[in-house]
Amino acid sequence: MFAYCADPSTVDGLSWLACYLTTGKHFDFYWSFVVVLLLLAITAPLALGMGFLGAMASRSPVLPLRWLGRTYTAMVRGVPDIVFFLFFVIALDQGLEWLLHQIVCPDWDQPIRQGTEFRVCPEAKIPSGNANAFWYQVDGFMRAVVTFALVFGAFAANVIYGAMQAVPRSQLETAEAYGMSHRQVFRRVLVPQMWVFALPGLSNLWVILIKATPLLFLLGVQDIVYYARELGGSKTSIYEYPHPDWRLWYFLALMVFYLLATYVSEKVLGRLTTRLSRGQATAAGEAMRKAGT
Amino acid sequence: MKKLLLATAVLALGTSLATAQTVRLGTEGAFPPYNFINDKGEVDGFERKLGDELCKRASLTCEWTTNEWDSIIPNLQSGNYDVIIAGMTITDEREKIINFSENYIPPTMSAYMALTPDVDVKTGVISAQIATTQAGYVAESSATLLEFASPDETVAAVRNGEADAVFADKDYLAPIAAESNGALVMLAEEVPIGDGVGLGMRESDTELKAKFDAAIQSMKADGTLNALIVEYFGETAVTF
Repeated sequence: MFAYCADPSTVDGLSWLACYLTTGKHFDFYWSFVVVLLLLAITAPLALGMGFLGAMASRSPVLPLRWLGRTYTAMVRGVPDIVFFLFFVIALDQGLEWLLHQIVCPDWDQPIRQGTEFRVCPEAKIPSGNANAFWYQVDGFMRAVVTFALVFGAFAANVIYGAMQAVPRSQLETAEAYGMSHRQVFRRVLVPQMWVFALPGLSNLWVILIKATPLLFLLGVQDIVYYARELGGSKTSIYEYPHPDWRLWYFLALMVFYLLATYVSEKVLGRLTTRLSRGQATAAGEAMRKAGT
Repeated sequence: MKKLLLATAVLALGTSLATAQTVRLGTEGAFPPYNFINDKGEVDGFERKLGDELCKRASLTCEWTTNEWDSIIPNLQSGNYDVIIAGMTITDEREKIINFSENYIPPTMSAYMALTPDVDVKTGVISAQIATTQAGYVAESSATLLEFASPDETVAAVRNGEADAVFADKDYLAPIAAESNGALVMLAEEVPIGDGVGLGMRESDTELKAKFDAAIQSMKADGTLNALIVEYFGETAVTF
């Protein structure tokens, strides 16, 4: 990036550090922070959506739907996250390829599973064998997003279910007395009032999600943990910028990032809770009423 | 769901009709001088040059990708890439599940590296990388094995005293010992393990193996392979 970085062996001190921190690999490292934030931005609404569906299914009067909702919640919460990640990602990958294989290559005569190999026809590979490296990263990322959304969706479903049950029955009865249909009661009374009960659980889940993003590393996505390990390990002179073991500093940077992310989240969620507590019959709402807001 | 399936099918068909099939080469990226990720973020090292040359000679379009060492064989089986080119030693155990090409590095020594030369490698704590031939060797000896996921963690374990010595490929350890200003020393004992380094491929990919074998043979015949070995592993390296 700087002109004097063309020959790293001639610079030292702060200039060397400036050159070192602006190598291509370091820019990949900075980009991986964006990848992590992108993962959070995409997964959170998806997980919330899955949680909503799971909670509604669990409360449904239709028995199979209720079973589906309860099983989803119980199963995903009952299996350790890492096991779920390692198993589900491969299952999703192979499942989609198998499905595509059935559609696109109906006349493929060789078995898909040969010994320990999983071979589908080349047209059914996701991403296609000719796609460039970027699509492989996107594919890995999207599989991670789906898996995260599924796992955290189950936890969110539990929280939202509890919140929905916590809305005072008197509120719903009053709405029904006004002649609102079941859907109208749900949309106009239950959901708006449910949020204040759901927020402590959901904000907890959000912080856990932030801290769970290193699982991306397990899935082979090049996230911040991957780069911290890669950049921090001691480097011999075959590299342009040899250095001893600096993993301590890199992991310190990661720690600062995570602390900052959770601190900002706590502040924002605190404000949201205050806003949603206005007029509610909760302790926070009562405190606000007494304070005259 | 149907629309999504249809869209992906159309996309996949479209891209496959466009060009010949690309061969994906999977490497570890953490094992200099065989393969590493240079400061520009690209795969580099002996195997990068070798792989590019082999693909040229076999008239294949090749793409590079990296994968962690301990899932490198399962991901080959799942089809994430087509060739493992990661300093993988040819052993009978691995031959059972994957196919190897001809070796492109002759059988080399594995060696120990420690903080002092008087470590007893038969009874101490020896660090090695998971799923390597060296780890298997230490596990079968009477020493205590300490396994790590990546090669530089095994060396870091020796530096901070967790392990008495590290057991790995001599070509990987020698430059580290040389640049450590005397902090790390190579021990006298060396052990030959395996039948050299080769390309790993799926057992069903016999055509690909034939292409790569032919390319490796042509590189051996005209001396370019030996020249490449000397360039990356030094004048004293074992050549064909």
